[in-house]
Amino acid sequence: MDLGLRNELSKQGVFTTTLEEIYNWGRKNSVWPLSFGLACCAIEMIAASMARWDLARFGAEVFRPSPRQADLMIVAGTVTKKMAPQVVRLYNQMPEPKYVIAMGACAISGGPFKQGYNVLKGIDRYLPVDVHIPGCPPRPEALLHAFMRLQQKIDEQALTGPQRPRHLVAEAPSEFTVPQFGEHDLVPSKNPAVWHPPVAGRPQEA
Amino acid sequence: MQLSLDQIKAQIEAAVPGAQMTLVQNGSPSGQHSLLVDKEHALAVAHYLRDGPGLRLDYASNVAGVDWPDTVVKEIVRTKGVVDGMEREFEESVERKRLGYLEAVYHLYSMELKHGPVILRLRTADRAGQARVPSLTPVWRGAEFQEREAFDLFGIVFEGHPDLRRILMWDEFKDFPMRKDYVEPDDYEYEPTAHDEVLEKAKRHVSTEGTPQ
Repeated sequence: MDLGLRNELSKQGVFTTTLEEIYNWGRKNSVWPLSFGLACCAIEMIAASMARWDLARFGAEVFRPSPRQADLMIVAGTVTKKMAPQVVRLYNQMPEPKYVIAMGACAISGGPFKQGYNVLKGIDRYLPVDVHIPGCPPRPEALLHAFMRLQQKIDEQALTGPQRPRHLVAEAPSEFTVPQFGEHDLVPSKNPAVWHPPVAGRPQEA
Repeated sequence: MQLSLDQIKAQIEAAVPGAQMTLVQNGSPSGQHSLLVDKEHALAVAHYLRDGPGLRLDYASNVAGVDWPDTVVKEIVRTKGVVDGMEREFEESVERKRLGYLEAVYHLYSMELKHGPVILRLRTADRAGQARVPSLTPVWRGAEFQEREAFDLFGIVFEGHPDLRRILMWDEFKDFPMRKDYVEPDDYEYEPTAHDEVLEKAKRHVSTEGTPQ
């Protein structure tokens, strides 16, 4: 609809919208996170949900104890290799559309523990992460910022066309490979369908 | 009254016949010397340390593992010789190969008599097939999980342990990560701020194919 006409109509008291807008508006304001925390970042996540930072302002105060009712997985904390299969399994159990925020240095890269034998070097090796938050731990404001970025992302999703989100593409995978415990490491140690290590070098001028 | 380690050693040797105790000196400022016990008498010694009068070490606060890999030990040997008709003392450096072993170290305290720590060491014969020491869990129940941890990370087999399984790593895991010769899985494909050791590892993964992002 033409923006001028729309403004004119709203001055006359006629509210117009599109299905896409109202659908995304509804979704972005009721993103229910899965209530689970893995380490100290979870304390900041809890603080963000309490009265002082008040995640309820974004419609996300309803932390769900079941993955079946959750829309958002906040991976808050160190993902150990022993925990990683369970995290992926929980993600697989969530219904589409679903989103992932990787919160903190550990969840995005392994953080201070990345040279250890037992810590996964970032949950993005197994899951498609929508927003990464650096910090050790990130302040609740940083989580709110990530949340607003996610809302922006949801708001900008087109429901039709080739750019439509994954949950509207029938062939797109909704489940991801759960790694198995191997003799020396997780098998596979990364999911090549999800994670591509960046190629070294400077970006070429187009 | 605090007993010195020499006194404790003498007491044990009197109470447990045949026990071979060695005093392991700690040269650092903390000076926490320890007692090395042979494997055959370890359980009897532990019982005596817990129940013996004046000792009453009823609390094992900590069980640690130590890995001593194969090393070459340099020793200075003084020999006397005659040079030009003069008798002189020579210092000679002798290198000796020492086979590696593993140690389980127990820090013992007495809640009743308020003293400690008395540090007890058990040593395995080698680092492979004979990495066995007797479990002291029957004496101090609180050592159970810590002995499991030493088993998990160092591969020390505690004989007589009620439930010796891996406690931190998964059951299928085959390595012992805290050993000096452990090689961690190489997953350094992406290192945004690589330096030193990590840089060396990351370099092996750098690919120049494809489009940089």
